[in-house]
Amino acid sequence: MGSVEISHLNREFIRDDGVRVVALSDINLSIADDEFVSFVGPSGCGKTTLLRIIAGLDTATSGEVRVDGSLITGPGQKVGMVFQEYSLFPWRNVISNVAFGLQMRGISKEERHNIARKYISLVGLSQFEKSYPYELSGGMRQRVAIARALATDPDLLLMDEPFGALDAQTRNHMQCELLDIWETKKKTILFVTHSCDEAVFLSDRIVVLSPRPGFIREVIPIPISRPRDRTNKEFIDLRRGILGMIEEEEREKERVKCKSGNL
Amino acid sequence: MSVQLARIVGIKVMTGNLLGPRSPVYIIFSISALLIFWQVLADVIVQNPFILPSFTDIVVAFYALLFVGTLPMDFAVSMTHFFIGLGLSLLVGVPAGILIGWYPVANRLLDPLIELIRPIPPLAWIPFAIVWFGLTDLAAGFVIFIGSVFPVLINTYEGFRNIPRVFVEAGRMLGCSSNAALIRHIAFPAALPHLAAGFRVASGVAWMCLVAAEMFGVSRFGLGQKIWWYYNLHQMDNVMVYMLILGFVGLIIDYFFRFGMSRTLLKWREGEVN
Repeated sequence: MGSVEISHLNREFIRDDGVRVVALSDINLSIADDEFVSFVGPSGCGKTTLLRIIAGLDTATSGEVRVDGSLITGPGQKVGMVFQEYSLFPWRNVISNVAFGLQMRGISKEERHNIARKYISLVGLSQFEKSYPYELSGGMRQRVAIARALATDPDLLLMDEPFGALDAQTRNHMQCELLDIWETKKKTILFVTHSCDEAVFLSDRIVVLSPRPGFIREVIPIPISRPRDRTNKEFIDLRRGILGMIEEEEREKERVKCKSGNL
Repeated sequence: MSVQLARIVGIKVMTGNLLGPRSPVYIIFSISALLIFWQVLADVIVQNPFILPSFTDIVVAFYALLFVGTLPMDFAVSMTHFFIGLGLSLLVGVPAGILIGWYPVANRLLDPLIELIRPIPPLAWIPFAIVWFGLTDLAAGFVIFIGSVFPVLINTYEGFRNIPRVFVEAGRMLGCSSNAALIRHIAFPAALPHLAAGFRVASGVAWMCLVAAEMFGVSRFGLGQKIWWYYNLHQMDNVMVYMLILGFVGLIIDYFFRFGMSRTLLKWREGEVN
Protein backbone atom coordinates (compact mmCIF):
# COMPACT_ATOMS: atom_id res chain seq x y z
CA MET A 1 0.00 0.00 0.00
CA GLY A 2 1.04 3.58 -0.59
CA SER A 3 1.14 3.99 -4.37
CA VAL A 4 0.86 7.54 -5.67
CA GLU A 5 -0.51 8.66 -9.00
CA ILE A 6 0.01 12.28 -10.00
CA SER A 7 -1.59 13.35 -13.26
CA HIS A 8 -1.54 16.67 -15.15
CA LEU A 9 -0.95 18.56 -11.96
CA ASN A 10 -0.69 22.35 -12.19
CA ARG A 11 -0.33 24.93 -9.45
CA GLU A 12 -0.51 28.66 -10.00
CA PHE A 13 -0.21 31.46 -7.50
CA ILE A 14 -1.51 34.98 -7.86
CA ARG A 15 1.06 37.32 -6.40
CA ASP A 16 0.03 40.41 -4.43
CA ASP A 17 0.69 42.60 -7.48
CA GLY A 18 -1.72 40.47 -9.49
CA VAL A 19 0.90 38.63 -11.53
CA ARG A 20 0.23 34.94 -12.11
CA VAL A 21 3.10 32.67 -11.18
CA VAL A 22 3.19 29.07 -12.36
CA ALA A 23 4.74 27.02 -9.56
CA LEU A 24 4.12 23.57 -11.02
CA SER A 25 3.39 22.76 -14.62
CA ASP A 26 1.91 19.50 -15.87
CA ILE A 27 3.42 17.09 -13.35
CA ASN A 28 2.85 13.42 -14.16
CA LEU A 29 4.36 10.75 -11.97
CA SER A 30 3.64 7.22 -10.80
CA ILE A 31 5.12 5.96 -7.58
CA ALA A 32 4.87 2.29 -6.65
CA ASP A 33 4.10 0.75 -3.27
CA ASP A 34 6.98 0.88 -0.81
CA GLU A 35 9.11 2.94 -3.13
CA PHE A 36 11.56 5.55 -1.83
CA VAL A 37 11.50 8.57 -4.11
CA SER A 38 13.39 11.82 -3.61
CA PHE A 39 12.65 15.20 -5.13
CA VAL A 40 15.61 17.46 -5.81
CA GLY A 41 15.97 20.76 -7.58
CA PRO A 42 17.04 24.34 -7.00
CA SER A 43 15.15 26.66 -4.68
CA GLY A 44 11.83 27.74 -6.12
CA CYS A 45 11.34 24.66 -8.29
CA GLY A 46 8.16 23.79 -6.46
CA LYS A 47 9.28 20.59 -4.74
CA THR A 48 7.85 21.61 -1.38
CA THR A 49 4.62 22.81 -3.05
CA LEU A 50 4.31 19.43 -4.78
CA LEU A 51 4.76 17.61 -1.48
CA ARG A 52 2.21 19.84 0.22
CA ILE A 53 -0.33 19.12 -2.51
CA ILE A 54 0.24 15.38 -2.08
CA ALA A 55 -0.23 15.91 1.68
CA GLY A 56 -3.51 17.73 1.08
CA LEU A 57 -2.23 20.89 2.79
CA ASP A 58 -2.29 22.77 -0.52
CA THR A 59 -4.61 22.36 -3.50
CA ALA A 60 -3.72 22.04 -7.16
CA THR A 61 -5.04 24.55 -9.67
CA SER A 62 -5.77 21.63 -11.99
CA GLY A 63 -4.93 17.96 -12.20
CA GLU A 64 -5.11 15.40 -9.42
CA VAL A 65 -3.23 13.28 -6.93
CA ARG A 66 -4.40 9.80 -6.00
CA VAL A 67 -3.02 7.69 -3.17
CA ASP A 68 -3.92 4.02 -3.56
CA GLY A 69 -6.51 5.11 -6.07
CA SER A 70 -8.37 7.59 -3.87
CA LEU A 71 -8.33 11.28 -4.68
CA ILE A 72 -6.53 13.59 -2.27
CA THR A 73 -8.73 16.50 -1.20
CA GLY A 74 -7.26 17.26 2.21
CA PRO A 75 -5.04 15.73 4.90
CA GLY A 76 -6.01 12.07 5.22
CA GLN A 77 -5.44 9.08 7.44
CA LYS A 78 -3.15 7.31 4.98
CA VAL A 79 -0.56 10.04 4.71
CA GLY A 80 1.96 11.12 7.34
CA MET A 81 4.31 14.06 7.16
CA VAL A 82 7.61 15.14 8.68
CA PHE A 83 8.30 18.86 8.37
CA GLN A 84 11.56 20.69 7.87
CA GLU A 85 11.16 22.98 10.85
CA TYR A 86 10.63 21.62 14.32
CA SER A 87 6.97 20.76 14.41
CA LEU A 88 6.74 18.95 17.73
CA PHE A 89 4.14 20.45 20.04
CA PRO A 90 6.28 22.08 22.73
CA TRP A 91 3.51 21.78 25.34
CA ARG A 92 3.45 18.00 25.06
CA ASN A 93 6.16 15.63 26.13
CA VAL A 94 7.67 13.08 23.77
CA ILE A 95 5.19 10.29 24.41
CA SER A 96 2.11 12.46 24.08
CA ASN A 97 3.51 14.06 20.94
CA VAL A 98 3.96 10.62 19.40
CA ALA A 99 0.53 9.53 20.65
CA PHE A 100 -1.23 12.64 19.31
CA GLY A 101 -2.44 11.13 16.03
CA LEU A 102 -3.76 8.08 17.88
CA GLN A 103 -5.52 10.34 20.38
CA MET A 104 -7.24 12.10 17.47
CA ARG A 105 -8.43 8.70 16.28
CA GLY A 106 -10.05 8.12 19.66
CA ILE A 107 -7.73 5.41 20.92
CA SER A 108 -7.64 5.01 24.71
CA LYS A 109 -4.75 6.52 26.61
CA GLU A 110 -3.22 3.25 27.70
CA GLU A 111 -3.35 1.73 24.26
CA ARG A 112 -2.02 4.78 22.46
CA HIS A 113 0.85 5.11 24.92
CA ASN A 114 1.74 1.47 24.36
CA ILE A 115 1.83 2.02 20.61
CA ALA A 116 3.73 5.29 21.01
CA ARG A 117 6.36 3.54 23.15
CA LYS A 118 7.06 1.09 20.34
CA TYR A 119 7.74 3.91 17.90
CA ILE A 120 9.81 5.84 20.42
CA SER A 121 11.98 2.78 20.89
CA LEU A 122 12.14 2.36 17.11
CA VAL A 123 13.87 5.75 16.92
CA GLY A 124 15.99 4.92 19.97
CA LEU A 125 14.62 7.47 22.43
CA SER A 126 13.00 5.23 25.03
CA GLN A 127 14.68 6.95 27.95
CA PHE A 128 13.32 10.34 26.80
CA GLU A 129 9.61 9.57 26.60
CA LYS A 130 8.79 11.96 29.44
CA SER A 131 11.03 14.77 28.15
CA TYR A 132 9.71 17.96 26.64
CA PRO A 133 10.88 19.02 23.17
CA TYR A 134 13.05 21.86 24.53
CA GLU A 135 15.12 19.26 26.36
CA LEU A 136 16.04 17.46 23.13
CA SER A 137 18.69 18.15 20.48
CA GLY A 138 17.73 18.90 16.89
CA GLY A 139 18.38 15.34 15.73
CA MET A 140 16.36 13.89 18.61
CA ARG A 141 13.45 16.20 17.84
CA GLN A 142 13.34 15.03 14.24
CA ARG A 143 13.48 11.42 15.44
CA VAL A 144 10.43 12.10 17.57
CA ALA A 145 8.75 13.81 14.60
CA ILE A 146 9.38 10.68 12.52
CA ALA A 147 8.00 8.47 15.30
CA ARG A 148 4.95 10.72 15.54
CA ALA A 149 4.32 10.51 11.79
CA LEU A 150 4.73 6.73 11.84
CA ALA A 151 2.60 6.07 14.92
CA THR A 152 -0.67 6.25 12.99
CA ASP A 153 0.77 3.71 10.54
CA PRO A 154 0.34 5.72 7.31
CA ASP A 155 0.93 3.99 3.98
CA LEU A 156 2.67 7.03 2.61
CA LEU A 157 5.25 9.11 4.46
CA LEU A 158 6.08 12.58 3.17
CA MET A 159 9.29 14.21 4.33
CA ASP A 160 10.05 17.85 3.56
CA GLU A 161 13.80 18.35 4.04
CA PRO A 162 13.54 16.68 7.44
CA PHE A 163 17.30 16.68 8.02
CA GLY A 164 17.96 20.11 6.52
CA ALA A 165 18.64 21.78 9.86
CA LEU A 166 20.96 19.06 11.19
CA ASP A 167 24.75 18.95 11.12
CA ALA A 168 26.37 16.65 8.58
CA GLN A 169 27.24 13.87 10.98
CA THR A 170 23.82 13.70 12.60
CA ARG A 171 22.33 13.87 9.14
CA ASN A 172 24.24 10.80 7.94
CA HIS A 173 23.15 8.89 11.04
CA MET A 174 19.55 9.86 10.49
CA GLN A 175 19.69 8.74 6.87
CA CYS A 176 20.82 5.26 7.90
CA GLU A 177 18.17 5.09 10.60
CA LEU A 178 15.50 6.18 8.16
CA LEU A 179 16.50 3.42 5.72
CA ASP A 180 16.31 0.86 8.54
CA ILE A 181 12.84 2.07 9.46
CA TRP A 182 11.76 2.07 5.82
CA GLU A 183 12.98 -1.49 5.38
CA THR A 184 11.25 -2.81 8.50
CA LYS A 185 8.01 -0.82 8.25
CA LYS A 186 7.59 -0.95 4.47
CA LYS A 187 6.20 2.46 3.62
CA THR A 188 6.23 4.54 0.50
CA ILE A 189 8.45 7.52 1.26
CA LEU A 190 8.54 10.78 -0.70
CA PHE A 191 11.52 12.81 0.37
CA VAL A 192 12.26 16.42 -0.55
CA THR A 193 15.88 17.46 -0.18
CA HIS A 194 18.42 20.04 -1.30
CA SER A 195 21.21 17.53 -1.09
CA CYS A 196 22.00 15.32 -4.09
CA ASP A 197 24.19 13.22 -1.83
CA GLU A 198 21.28 12.53 0.48
CA ALA A 199 18.99 11.76 -2.46
CA VAL A 200 21.40 9.28 -4.05
CA PHE A 201 22.11 7.63 -0.71
CA LEU A 202 18.45 7.08 0.12
CA SER A 203 16.35 6.73 -2.99
CA ASP A 204 15.09 4.11 -5.39
CA ARG A 205 14.40 6.94 -7.82
CA ILE A 206 15.21 10.63 -7.90
CA VAL A 207 12.89 13.17 -9.48
CA VAL A 208 14.79 16.24 -10.68
CA LEU A 209 12.64 19.36 -10.90
CA SER A 210 13.45 22.57 -12.76
CA PRO A 211 12.16 25.98 -11.74
CA ARG A 212 9.91 28.64 -13.27
CA PRO A 213 7.66 26.93 -14.03
CA GLY A 214 8.36 23.82 -11.96
CA PHE A 215 8.37 20.74 -14.16
CA ILE A 216 9.90 17.29 -14.01
CA ARG A 217 13.20 17.47 -15.81
CA GLU A 218 14.18 13.88 -15.35
CA VAL A 219 13.44 10.80 -13.26
CA ILE A 220 16.60 8.88 -12.43
CA PRO A 221 16.58 5.33 -11.05
CA ILE A 222 19.38 4.54 -8.60
CA PRO A 223 20.46 0.96 -9.32
CA ILE A 224 23.06 0.72 -6.51
CA SER A 225 22.28 -1.95 -3.93
CA ARG A 226 22.00 -0.99 -0.25
CA PRO A 227 23.86 -0.35 1.99
CA ARG A 228 25.38 2.27 -0.25
CA ASP A 229 28.89 3.58 -0.10
CA ARG A 230 29.18 7.32 -0.65
CA THR A 231 32.74 6.95 -1.97
CA ASN A 232 31.80 4.32 -4.54
CA LYS A 233 32.46 5.49 -8.13
CA GLU A 234 28.97 4.71 -9.32
CA PHE A 235 27.55 6.71 -6.42
CA ILE A 236 29.75 9.68 -7.20
CA ASP A 237 28.98 9.57 -10.91
CA LEU A 238 25.25 9.55 -10.27
CA ARG A 239 25.60 12.37 -7.82
CA ARG A 240 27.66 14.42 -10.26
CA GLY A 241 25.14 13.77 -13.03
CA ILE A 242 22.25 15.05 -10.93
CA LEU A 243 24.23 18.05 -9.76
CA GLY A 244 24.89 18.87 -13.39
CA MET A 245 21.20 19.03 -14.05
CA ILE A 246 20.49 21.46 -11.26
CA GLU A 247 20.62 25.13 -11.98
CA GLU A 248 23.90 26.96 -12.34
CA GLU A 249 24.00 28.94 -9.09
CA GLU A 250 22.83 25.94 -7.09
CA ARG A 251 25.61 23.87 -8.64
CA GLU A 252 28.19 26.47 -7.67
CA LYS A 253 27.08 26.28 -4.07
CA GLU A 254 27.34 22.49 -4.05
CA ARG A 255 30.82 22.56 -5.59
CA VAL A 256 32.10 24.87 -2.92
CA LYS A 257 30.73 22.42 -0.39
CA CYS A 258 32.53 19.52 -2.12
CA LYS A 259 35.85 21.34 -2.29
CA SER A 260 35.84 21.90 1.42
CA GLY A 261 35.30 18.19 1.86
CA ASN A 262 31.77 18.46 3.17
CA LEU A 263 30.51 15.46 1.23
CA MET B 1 28.76 16.08 53.07
CA SER B 2 26.91 18.13 55.64
CA VAL B 3 26.29 20.79 52.99
CA GLN B 4 24.79 18.18 50.70
CA LEU B 5 22.69 16.81 53.50
CA ALA B 6 21.42 20.27 54.32
CA ARG B 7 20.52 20.82 50.67
CA ILE B 8 18.62 17.58 50.55
CA VAL B 9 16.52 18.47 53.54
CA GLY B 10 15.98 21.90 52.06
CA ILE B 11 17.95 24.09 54.42
CA LYS B 12 19.54 27.02 52.70
CA VAL B 13 23.24 27.04 53.38
CA MET B 14 25.23 30.23 53.14
CA THR B 15 28.48 29.13 51.58
CA GLY B 16 30.16 32.49 51.37
CA ASN B 17 27.64 33.91 48.85
CA LEU B 18 26.26 36.50 51.23
CA LEU B 19 26.50 39.07 48.44
CA GLY B 20 25.60 36.67 45.66
CA PRO B 21 22.82 37.54 43.21
CA ARG B 22 20.20 35.50 45.09
CA SER B 23 21.16 36.64 48.55
CA PRO B 24 18.29 38.08 50.64
CA VAL B 25 20.70 40.67 52.02
CA TYR B 26 19.80 43.17 49.28
CA ILE B 27 16.07 43.07 49.79
CA ILE B 28 16.44 43.28 53.58
CA PHE B 29 18.79 46.22 53.21
CA SER B 30 16.62 48.17 50.77
CA ILE B 31 13.43 47.70 52.77
CA SER B 32 15.02 48.60 56.09
CA ALA B 33 16.59 51.67 54.49
CA LEU B 34 13.15 52.75 53.27
CA LEU B 35 11.56 52.17 56.68
CA ILE B 36 14.25 54.12 58.51
CA PHE B 37 14.07 56.99 56.02
CA TRP B 38 10.26 57.04 56.33
CA GLN B 39 10.37 57.01 60.13
CA VAL B 40 12.92 59.81 60.30
CA LEU B 41 11.08 61.87 57.71
CA ALA B 42 7.76 61.54 59.56
CA ASP B 43 9.04 61.96 63.12
CA VAL B 44 11.79 64.51 62.69
CA ILE B 45 10.98 66.56 59.59
CA VAL B 46 7.21 66.43 58.93
CA GLN B 47 6.15 65.99 62.55
CA ASN B 48 2.49 65.79 61.58
CA PRO B 49 0.85 62.34 61.45
CA PHE B 50 -2.04 63.72 59.39
CA ILE B 51 0.30 64.72 56.55
CA LEU B 52 2.59 61.72 56.91
CA PRO B 53 2.03 59.01 59.51
CA SER B 54 5.25 57.26 60.48
CA PHE B 55 5.97 53.56 60.09
CA THR B 56 5.35 52.88 63.77
CA ASP B 57 2.03 54.81 63.57
CA ILE B 58 1.05 52.43 60.78
CA VAL B 59 2.01 49.35 62.75
CA VAL B 60 -0.04 50.54 65.71
CA ALA B 61 -3.00 51.44 63.47
CA PHE B 62 -2.82 48.06 61.74
CA TYR B 63 -2.76 46.27 65.06
CA ALA B 64 -5.79 48.24 66.25
CA LEU B 65 -7.69 47.56 63.03
CA LEU B 66 -7.15 43.84 63.50
CA PHE B 67 -9.37 43.94 66.59
CA VAL B 68 -11.85 46.75 66.14
CA GLY B 69 -11.96 47.27 62.39
CA THR B 70 -13.65 45.55 59.52
CA LEU B 71 -10.55 44.22 57.79
CA PRO B 72 -11.77 40.65 57.13
CA MET B 73 -15.08 41.93 55.78
CA ASP B 74 -13.31 44.53 53.59
CA PHE B 75 -11.01 41.88 52.25
CA ALA B 76 -13.89 39.49 51.48
CA VAL B 77 -15.96 42.18 49.74
CA SER B 78 -13.02 43.36 47.64
CA MET B 79 -12.21 39.80 46.64
CA THR B 80 -15.84 39.35 45.60
CA HIS B 81 -15.64 42.45 43.39
CA PHE B 82 -12.30 41.36 42.01
CA PHE B 83 -13.42 37.86 41.08
CA ILE B 84 -16.76 38.97 39.66
CA GLY B 85 -14.95 41.42 37.39
CA LEU B 86 -12.04 39.22 36.42
CA GLY B 87 -14.27 36.15 36.07
CA LEU B 88 -16.53 38.02 33.65
CA SER B 89 -13.44 39.19 31.76
CA LEU B 90 -12.23 35.65 31.27
CA LEU B 91 -15.71 34.43 30.42
CA VAL B 92 -16.10 37.08 27.72
CA GLY B 93 -12.52 37.97 26.76
CA VAL B 94 -11.12 34.48 26.13
CA PRO B 95 -13.92 33.22 23.83
CA ALA B 96 -14.08 36.57 22.03
CA GLY B 97 -10.30 36.59 21.60
CA ILE B 98 -10.39 33.04 20.26
CA LEU B 99 -13.17 33.99 17.86
CA ILE B 100 -11.39 36.99 16.37
CA GLY B 101 -8.00 35.28 16.48
CA TRP B 102 -9.14 32.15 14.65
CA TYR B 103 -11.80 33.42 12.25
CA PRO B 104 -10.68 36.37 10.08
CA VAL B 105 -14.31 37.28 9.32
CA ALA B 106 -15.06 37.66 13.02
CA ASN B 107 -11.98 39.85 13.32
CA ARG B 108 -13.10 42.13 10.49
CA LEU B 109 -16.56 42.45 12.02
CA LEU B 110 -15.64 42.88 15.67
CA ASP B 111 -12.35 44.74 15.50
CA PRO B 112 -13.94 48.17 14.76
CA LEU B 113 -16.29 47.78 17.73
CA ILE B 114 -13.48 46.74 20.05
CA GLU B 115 -11.26 49.61 18.96
CA LEU B 116 -14.17 52.04 19.47
CA ILE B 117 -14.99 50.93 23.01
CA ARG B 118 -11.49 50.16 24.23
CA PRO B 119 -10.18 53.77 24.46
CA ILE B 120 -12.97 54.77 26.87
CA PRO B 121 -11.27 54.77 30.30
CA PRO B 122 -12.92 52.15 32.54
CA LEU B 123 -13.59 54.71 35.26
CA ALA B 124 -15.74 56.71 32.85
CA TRP B 125 -18.17 53.80 33.00
CA ILE B 126 -18.82 54.23 36.72
CA PRO B 127 -21.96 56.42 36.36
CA PHE B 128 -23.58 53.94 34.00
CA ALA B 129 -22.46 51.03 36.13
CA ILE B 130 -24.34 52.56 39.04
CA VAL B 131 -27.38 53.44 36.91
CA TRP B 132 -27.54 49.93 35.47
CA PHE B 133 -26.67 47.85 38.48
CA GLY B 134 -27.36 50.18 41.41
CA LEU B 135 -25.01 50.45 44.37
CA THR B 136 -24.22 46.73 44.28
CA ASP B 137 -21.24 44.43 44.08
CA LEU B 138 -22.18 43.87 40.48
CA ALA B 139 -21.62 47.55 39.65
CA ALA B 140 -18.07 47.35 41.00
CA GLY B 141 -17.61 44.04 39.17
CA PHE B 142 -18.78 45.66 35.97
CA VAL B 143 -16.22 48.49 36.16
CA ILE B 144 -13.49 45.95 36.87
CA PHE B 145 -14.75 43.87 33.96
CA ILE B 146 -14.55 46.84 31.57
CA GLY B 147 -10.99 47.53 32.68
CA SER B 148 -9.72 43.97 32.52
CA VAL B 149 -11.57 42.46 29.58
CA PHE B 150 -9.48 44.19 26.92
CA PRO B 151 -6.07 42.93 28.08
CA VAL B 152 -7.56 39.41 28.20
CA LEU B 153 -9.15 39.76 24.79
CA ILE B 154 -6.21 41.39 23.02
CA ASN B 155 -3.68 38.92 24.41
CA THR B 156 -5.83 35.93 23.54
CA TYR B 157 -6.16 37.34 20.04
CA GLU B 158 -2.41 37.92 19.78
CA GLY B 159 -1.74 34.40 21.02
CA PHE B 160 -4.01 32.91 18.41
CA ARG B 161 -2.53 35.05 15.64
CA ASN B 162 1.01 34.01 16.49
CA ILE B 163 0.58 30.25 16.40
CA PRO B 164 3.27 28.85 14.10
CA ARG B 165 1.56 27.50 10.99
CA VAL B 166 3.56 24.30 11.20
CA PHE B 167 1.79 23.30 14.46
CA VAL B 168 -1.61 23.62 12.81
CA GLU B 169 -0.45 21.73 9.72
CA ALA B 170 1.19 19.00 11.79
CA GLY B 171 -2.07 18.69 13.71
CA ARG B 172 -4.10 18.41 10.52
CA MET B 173 -1.78 15.74 9.13
CA LEU B 174 -2.31 13.75 12.32
CA GLY B 175 -6.08 13.80 12.03
CA CYS B 176 -6.95 16.91 14.02
CA SER B 177 -9.16 18.49 11.41
CA SER B 178 -12.22 20.33 12.74
CA ASN B 179 -11.88 23.92 13.91
CA ALA B 180 -13.03 22.93 17.37
CA ALA B 181 -10.40 20.18 17.64
CA LEU B 182 -7.65 22.43 16.26
CA ILE B 183 -8.54 25.19 18.71
CA ARG B 184 -8.67 22.80 21.65
CA HIS B 185 -5.63 20.66 20.94
CA ILE B 186 -3.30 23.00 19.03
CA ALA B 187 -4.20 26.67 19.16
CA PHE B 188 -5.24 27.00 22.78
CA PRO B 189 -2.19 25.30 24.32
CA ALA B 190 0.10 27.13 21.89
CA ALA B 191 -1.48 30.46 22.84
CA LEU B 192 -1.50 29.80 26.57
CA PRO B 193 1.65 31.81 27.34
CA HIS B 194 -0.03 34.84 25.71
CA LEU B 195 -3.20 34.19 27.68
CA ALA B 196 -1.24 34.04 30.91
CA ALA B 197 0.47 37.35 30.11
CA GLY B 198 -2.92 38.89 29.36
CA PHE B 199 -4.35 37.61 32.59
CA ARG B 200 -1.51 39.16 34.57
CA VAL B 201 -2.00 42.55 32.95
CA ALA B 202 -5.76 42.20 33.43
CA SER B 203 -5.45 41.41 37.12
CA GLY B 204 -3.29 44.51 37.60
CA VAL B 205 -5.83 46.72 35.84
CA ALA B 206 -8.66 45.02 37.75
CA TRP B 207 -6.99 45.88 41.03
CA MET B 208 -6.75 49.55 40.07
CA CYS B 209 -10.37 49.70 38.91
CA LEU B 210 -11.45 48.02 42.12
CA VAL B 211 -10.20 50.86 44.30
CA ALA B 212 -11.82 53.49 42.06
CA ALA B 213 -15.13 51.64 41.83
CA GLU B 214 -15.31 51.14 45.59
CA MET B 215 -14.66 54.83 46.24
CA PHE B 216 -18.02 55.60 44.64
CA GLY B 217 -19.90 53.90 47.39
CA VAL B 218 -21.05 50.76 45.66
CA SER B 219 -20.59 48.82 48.90
CA ARG B 220 -20.31 49.42 52.62
CA PHE B 221 -17.11 47.41 52.82
CA GLY B 222 -14.04 46.98 50.69
CA LEU B 223 -10.33 47.72 50.78
CA GLY B 224 -10.79 50.61 48.37
CA GLN B 225 -13.96 51.80 50.04
CA LYS B 226 -12.15 52.07 53.37
CA ILE B 227 -9.48 54.35 51.93
CA TRP B 228 -12.11 56.93 51.12
CA TRP B 229 -13.98 56.22 54.35
CA TYR B 230 -10.97 56.82 56.58
CA TYR B 231 -9.98 59.85 54.52
CA ASN B 232 -13.35 61.38 55.36
CA LEU B 233 -12.72 60.57 59.02
CA HIS B 234 -9.27 62.21 58.68
CA GLN B 235 -7.61 59.00 59.92
CA MET B 236 -4.68 59.10 57.56
CA ASP B 237 -2.81 56.32 59.38
CA ASN B 238 -5.67 53.96 58.55
CA VAL B 239 -5.70 55.20 54.95
CA MET B 240 -2.03 54.26 54.73
CA VAL B 241 -2.68 50.84 56.28
CA TYR B 242 -5.27 50.08 53.61
CA MET B 243 -2.97 51.36 50.88
CA LEU B 244 -0.27 48.96 52.00
CA ILE B 245 -2.76 46.09 52.25
CA LEU B 246 -3.91 46.79 48.68
CA GLY B 247 -0.30 46.68 47.54
CA PHE B 248 0.46 43.45 49.34
CA VAL B 249 -2.67 41.64 48.23
CA GLY B 250 -1.97 42.66 44.61
CA LEU B 251 1.59 41.41 44.96
CA ILE B 252 0.48 38.09 46.43
CA ILE B 253 -2.18 37.49 43.76
CA ASP B 254 0.39 38.10 41.05
CA TYR B 255 2.97 35.92 42.74
CA PHE B 256 0.62 32.97 43.19
CA PHE B 257 -0.58 33.27 39.66
CA ARG B 258 2.91 33.32 38.17
CA PHE B 259 4.11 30.53 40.42
CA GLY B 260 1.05 28.40 39.75
CA MET B 261 1.19 28.80 36.00
CA SER B 262 4.90 28.17 35.63
CA ARG B 263 4.66 25.04 37.76
CA THR B 264 1.70 23.51 35.97
CA LEU B 265 0.28 24.71 32.67
CA LEU B 266 3.41 26.40 31.42
CA LYS B 267 5.96 23.89 32.64
CA TRP B 268 6.91 23.18 29.03
CA ARG B 269 8.12 26.74 28.61
CA GLU B 270 11.02 26.31 30.99
CA GLY B 271 14.10 26.73 28.87
CA GLU B 272 12.18 28.20 25.96
CA VAL B 273 13.11 31.69 24.88
CA ASN B 274 10.53 34.19 26.05
